[in-house]
Amino acid sequence: MKRSPLIPYLIWMVLFTVVPMVLVLYYAFTVPTESGVTWSLQNFARFFEPIYLRVLGRSIRLAVISTALCLILGYPAAMVMAGNAFKRKHVIMLLFVVPMWMNFLLRTYAWLTILERNGFINALLSFFDLPRLNILYTNSAVVLGMVYNFLPFMVLPIYSVLSKIDKGVVEAAGDLGANPFQVFMRVILPLSLPGVVSGITMVFMPAMTTFVISRLLGGGQFTLIGNLIEQQFLVVGDWGFGSAISVVMIVVILLSMAIMSFFEGEEKDVALW
Amino acid sequence: MGSVAPKRLALTILSLVVLSLLLTGCGKEQPVLYVYNWGDYIDEDILEEFEKESGIKVVYDTYSTNEDMYVKIKSGGSSYDVIFPSEYMLTRMIKEDMILKIDLEKIPNHVHIDPKLMGAEYDPNNEYSLPYMWGTLGILYNTTMVDEPIDSWDALWDPKYSKEILMLDSQRDSIGAALLKLGYSINTRDPGELAEAAQLLKQQKPLVLAYVVDEGKDKMVSGEAALALTWSGEAMYAIGENSDLAYAIPKEGTNLWFDVMAIPKGAKNVEGALKFMNFLNKPEIALRNAEYTGYSTPNLAAWAMLPEEVRNDRGAYPTDEDIAGAEVFVSLGETLREYDRIWTEVKAY
Amino acid sequence: MVRFLKRSYIYLVFAFLYLPIAVLMVYSFNDARSRGVWGGFTLRWYVELFQDRTIMSSLYSTLLIGVSSAVIATIIGTMAAIGIHNTRGVQKKLIMNVTYLPVLNPEIVTAISLMILFVFTRVRLGYLTLLLSHITFNVPYVILSVLPKLRQLNKHLYEAALDLGCTPLQALWKVIIPEIMPGIITGLLLAFTLSIDDFVVSFFTTGSGVSTLSITVYSMARRGINPKINALSTIMFTFVLALLIIVNVRQAREERKGRNGKRGPKKVSPYDPKFGSA
Repeated sequence: MKRSPLIPYLIWMVLFTVVPMVLVLYYAFTVPTESGVTWSLQNFARFFEPIYLRVLGRSIRLAVISTALCLILGYPAAMVMAGNAFKRKHVIMLLFVVPMWMNFLLRTYAWLTILERNGFINALLSFFDLPRLNILYTNSAVVLGMVYNFLPFMVLPIYSVLSKIDKGVVEAAGDLGANPFQVFMRVILPLSLPGVVSGITMVFMPAMTTFVISRLLGGGQFTLIGNLIEQQFLVVGDWGFGSAISVVMIVVILLSMAIMSFFEGEEKDVALW
Repeated sequence: MGSVAPKRLALTILSLVVLSLLLTGCGKEQPVLYVYNWGDYIDEDILEEFEKESGIKVVYDTYSTNEDMYVKIKSGGSSYDVIFPSEYMLTRMIKEDMILKIDLEKIPNHVHIDPKLMGAEYDPNNEYSLPYMWGTLGILYNTTMVDEPIDSWDALWDPKYSKEILMLDSQRDSIGAALLKLGYSINTRDPGELAEAAQLLKQQKPLVLAYVVDEGKDKMVSGEAALALTWSGEAMYAIGENSDLAYAIPKEGTNLWFDVMAIPKGAKNVEGALKFMNFLNKPEIALRNAEYTGYSTPNLAAWAMLPEEVRNDRGAYPTDEDIAGAEVFVSLGETLREYDRIWTEVKAY
Repeated sequence: MVRFLKRSYIYLVFAFLYLPIAVLMVYSFNDARSRGVWGGFTLRWYVELFQDRTIMSSLYSTLLIGVSSAVIATIIGTMAAIGIHNTRGVQKKLIMNVTYLPVLNPEIVTAISLMILFVFTRVRLGYLTLLLSHITFNVPYVILSVLPKLRQLNKHLYEAALDLGCTPLQALWKVIIPEIMPGIITGLLLAFTLSIDDFVVSFFTTGSGVSTLSITVYSMARRGINPKINALSTIMFTFVLALLIIVNVRQAREERKGRNGKRGPKKVSPYDPKFGSA
């Protein structure tokens, strides 16, 4: 048990994660010249121009907001699910992911239909003589799209941790005089932290690199880092620059996670070195 | 949740998977033709008819953008016999030695193709390709929201239509529209001209509702915006769904685009590919594809069989005068990066 | 009352999640090709759907790849999580950081690098490469789902099982696995979901003749997504919902029978939380 279960994964990881990553690094640190390929930092130098940094900044901001919203919406949902409000917990859990089995593009187009000027929400508002809302093609629409698509990735891991928290511990805290708020802050929340960390990871990282959501719901006006990278690989054909952007982004994220876990002190499942 | 049932289920599924993986490895003897096209860009019954007539089995795959297709072919991982790139992508692929020359004698039906659409700049002697569909870049507008005649690119910069304008989230098309408005070539490499176009696009940004791609036509259909920069094929689709819409080719000039048929290097069934291209150029087949897709066919014989109102629609089949100054996109090479930078700046502005 | 509030909250979240689904289902009955107009009620998309060989074969590939990649990824991922849980120090951090890479890498980068890898190693692009790629981006999600459950696990549970005469494998299978089951199921669900929803990686790692539903849908985008896809989604959704209801009703009936009839004493599971925390 000490090391055997890891071996298949390690082999897998080296083959399909490490080797491709080496390729990305290779592209990032080289530029094609007439006589072949030379090592260069040119691709990175290009990224540190204000315009690209602004794109990075905006991506981080939107991803952080979306992750926070997912947590705020998702944690209570996971708690309710883990409690005794519902008898069939597996069904509730499944109902969280079933919408995601419908094609992503169709779901996002459906959001267009809902949010448009003559869309569902505005039809409803004007029916009640309320002023119209213009949400589509704003930052809020992009955040909404991200929250919609990533919410299950926050709820499920938190739920799975909460569902087996020892009820005795919770009761004991209550018996010892803690009010419900204290019970939550001192007992439930700390015990569910591993699930929260997983949830944040699974929401924040994809939110950083999504490009279809920002293109469709943001009306192409909010270039995010994902759009930029996709553009380099496909439209411009500048794989070097595209790879360099992703390397920078990965380093930024892993570093910020390392700092996070440093502040948390204890050894967590997150961390750079 | 019992622990035995999932285990058995998992085993069953696993063995099924392994089995199906093994089975797909077995090939049949029948000759096969691998066709790679845009999604929903052909009447699929035609494929079956071709199979019946030629005895060649067609394996039909689809892609969503030229760039996706290019990367797939370039990698060499999968080989196709017939592809349908747009003209600018064809130029790039020819330059990178990725396209086979075709023998027009083996495609006798090429005589049906409109001579004025043959021999365009991207392939002067039609050594590499034959046009499949063609069209222009113009303005799709809603006649209930716009009460003046639209005949100029200036309309897309008119403050009257603030937040009623849809531009394309596509570097070359949107920058192209700005260049045309300025009276420059859409293939310019001149940094000064490009800077002017960039300036113009930044000025326009507050007026733009959104930079759209494929969803733009549906937005025009539902009356979400008054004006949109659009390709003629998409415009025809939108007009078909909402008769208030109209399409105009601005007087300053337009971009003439082609989706062509070509054979990539590495094709395994060149004979079959030529047969297929010939089949698609049969007048009645070309007619059916034109009717199915709603795009403009370059096949004159097919055009002649179209209903009169389609045939005489100047949006779908512009007169020589309409497209007098029209330009075809030329591959830009390194200058494309400059376009990309401009576009990123406009959008992040 | 509190229970009512709690339930209402979940229903509200569901309303948010299912609103777009309702919209796309409504449009499957729309007698117009475009999402932009309502052309009246029709069932023609349903009729046409079953005649469309491209859509039907891509549905088959999607489910095949979805189920098999999810199952394999869950097995590999669960084993890996157990392994990682028992590793310490630098080694653990290194493995964790590499685990994040497929989640962190933009899809397009993962897709193209995997494609290059397959082409370079001359693996024929097709079902196999599609499966391998899907497993690759699924495994991290399984690990991230299972790890929290392991961290929650009572450290002495495994030792207790060994003391009570279990072999290590038995201890793993009968004590650890059931205890982390919610995490495993979460991982399985997320993996399946990711797999059937993926476009970019699938597109670049598949070969001629093999197309998933996502590839088919995205490639329709330029010409407008055919409402046949809405019809298919509606059928899929109704099917899953019906399945859920049937299973539920059956379970409920069995429970009632169990309560009324004799079902023997309730088994006390040795890994009951109360037992574990002792």
